[in-house]
Amino acid sequence: MHVIVCVKQVPDTAEIKKVQINADTGTIVREGIPSILNPFDEYAVEEAVRIREKHGGKVTLLSMGPAQAEDALIKGLSMGADEAILLCDRAFAGSDTLATAYTLSAAIKKIGPFDLILCGQQAIDGDTGQVGPGLAENLQIPQVTYVNRIEIQGQEMRVRREVESGYEDLECGLPALLAVVKGINEPRIPAFSDLAEAMDKGIRTWALDDLMVDESRIGLKGSPTWVMGIWTPEVKRGGQIISDAPEEAAQKLAVFLSQRGILS
Amino acid sequence: MGIRILEDQCTGCGNCLPSCPFGCLELVENKAVIREGCTLCGACQEVCPCEAISIEREAASATSGIEKYRGVLVFAEQHRGRLKDCALELLGAGQKLAGTLHQELAAALLGSEVEALCPILFAHGADKVYLLEEEELEQYRTEPYADALSGVITQYKPSVVLFGATTTGRDLAPRIAARLRTGLTADCTGLEIEDQTGLLLQIRPAFGGNIMATIKCASHRPQMATVRPKVMKKPVPDLSRRGEMIRIDGRANSKSLRTRILQIIEAADEMVNLEEAEIVVSGGRGLEKAENFHLLEELASVLGGAVGASRAAVDAGWKPHPFQVGQTGKTVCPKLYIACGISGAIQHLVGMQTSDIVVAINKDPEAPILKVADLGIVGDLFQVVPAFTRVVRKLKGGETPRK
Repeated sequence: MHVIVCVKQVPDTAEIKKVQINADTGTIVREGIPSILNPFDEYAVEEAVRIREKHGGKVTLLSMGPAQAEDALIKGLSMGADEAILLCDRAFAGSDTLATAYTLSAAIKKIGPFDLILCGQQAIDGDTGQVGPGLAENLQIPQVTYVNRIEIQGQEMRVRREVESGYEDLECGLPALLAVVKGINEPRIPAFSDLAEAMDKGIRTWALDDLMVDESRIGLKGSPTWVMGIWTPEVKRGGQIISDAPEEAAQKLAVFLSQRGILS
Repeated sequence: MGIRILEDQCTGCGNCLPSCPFGCLELVENKAVIREGCTLCGACQEVCPCEAISIEREAASATSGIEKYRGVLVFAEQHRGRLKDCALELLGAGQKLAGTLHQELAAALLGSEVEALCPILFAHGADKVYLLEEEELEQYRTEPYADALSGVITQYKPSVVLFGATTTGRDLAPRIAARLRTGLTADCTGLEIEDQTGLLLQIRPAFGGNIMATIKCASHRPQMATVRPKVMKKPVPDLSRRGEMIRIDGRANSKSLRTRILQIIEAADEMVNLEEAEIVVSGGRGLEKAENFHLLEELASVLGGAVGASRAAVDAGWKPHPFQVGQTGKTVCPKLYIACGISGAIQHLVGMQTSDIVVAINKDPEAPILKVADLGIVGDLFQVVPAFTRVVRKLKGGETPRK
């Protein structure tokens, strides 16, 4: 069983907000924003390692990003993945989800045969959830998103998908791509010795020349969507605060809501 | 990279440094330098007083025959023969876009025996409905839906295609965008047409809502977006409105069915449609134990709302993950969000801060949730919540409704 897990290094958005509130300048302050392994990807790595523990095989991590994205891969290796590849080249910079999915698919073709690709449902910086399905399309394999349970039986698997109205249980052949949500597992916390071991495993870095790609489909050139402008949304709130006794507070709340067309 | 600092013009003032949302700028020997991670967003260019930052966007390999793409197409998502609210919201948004462009609004309706829904789509603004009825399309699965809908897009060439940002839309749209090799923007909260160019401006939150971005797709078609449910307004239906129905046969290719649905488990009512509920009553660590959620369930029930939970409550095992509101859970924007015993960590706020009205009940006057609440009640939720439930029950129990 060869499981490839696609991971991303992201800024810790919780930290961004803290910095922003303190500075109160209306802009994001760059200093002191730590980078982390995307939380959704931790579930994907954990699930891949559990699948290997049960069925044997190998877990390969794949990421694309600047050199410091190695930290995210080290985290994944310390959780038990066997090897890691980082796609790192200025030519990949500025990729949107379409170009990213294409570039990852080229890397996966180079990695060779696989049984399963796992992704986190989305990254907490972009929140798009688009790279997984785009990757599955590029590789012409089935996909299931919002997955919160995986049971593999031979060349088939049963997966449970978490949707608005409940759950869907699906049967899906291998190879396939699954995007997982929180709740699928409880990711392990690596020990210090795991970290040392992860450092020994090492990370392979592939640049543009290592991949068979159509250069018009990668990086900025291969990205149909452009970010035209970015601004900080107004925080409109900071309303009234009351600390009346419970009965009075409940009455005031009812009046407050009635005045705003709720409860009426 | 298409961004350059014009060193002759850069005075090293440093104005650009804090403007970069990605922290990619630094001063080296009194000149701005761009490091890795730049997305060419242009924030630095806007603040530079010396016009020392130049951005050139290289022309991507464009869609050919771009001028042939016209009109707006909405994916009319249905579940068990009922249209999702977001499909009607998209028609409302799509009608405005199509009106500005002086082009037509179409809907793609996929399913099995769903023809009866066509008049509803016309009443809500669709000029045309592409109807694809097949057994394979009865329940949503990626491959038959992607095959069928990308076929419609290839044949009819809409300029804009909109999907609801639901578990279906967010599964289907990226698959189709990759197949058609076009741009897709996720989770939009605003859509506009750019004056001069007629291009779709797609506005969306990023970085967990810390920043907003405007995105466009200039040289590829169609311009695709998923749109967050409940942000756009449903149009008032005009039942006299008629449109053209175009039936399309034989799109779903049965050889492409590599996934099979074994069973569908409809969850308990209280959990259903947290994202679609008009009122959400959420609980956090302050509830102290799982059993106490019944207080919120009672309140939600008299208000006709749904129950949500913070990450702390989910991680404690008091509620399963589908109830979680926030970063690794759901994003909700109801008319009313009542946060009970939730401190308001940023991971929670990003999932609910676009709600119309936020009420917070918390015993800690320093809780961050109170800073984003329209009305904050500092008090004991175990007393305030039941008291409020009684008040609502009384109000709804036959008395003349108060205005």
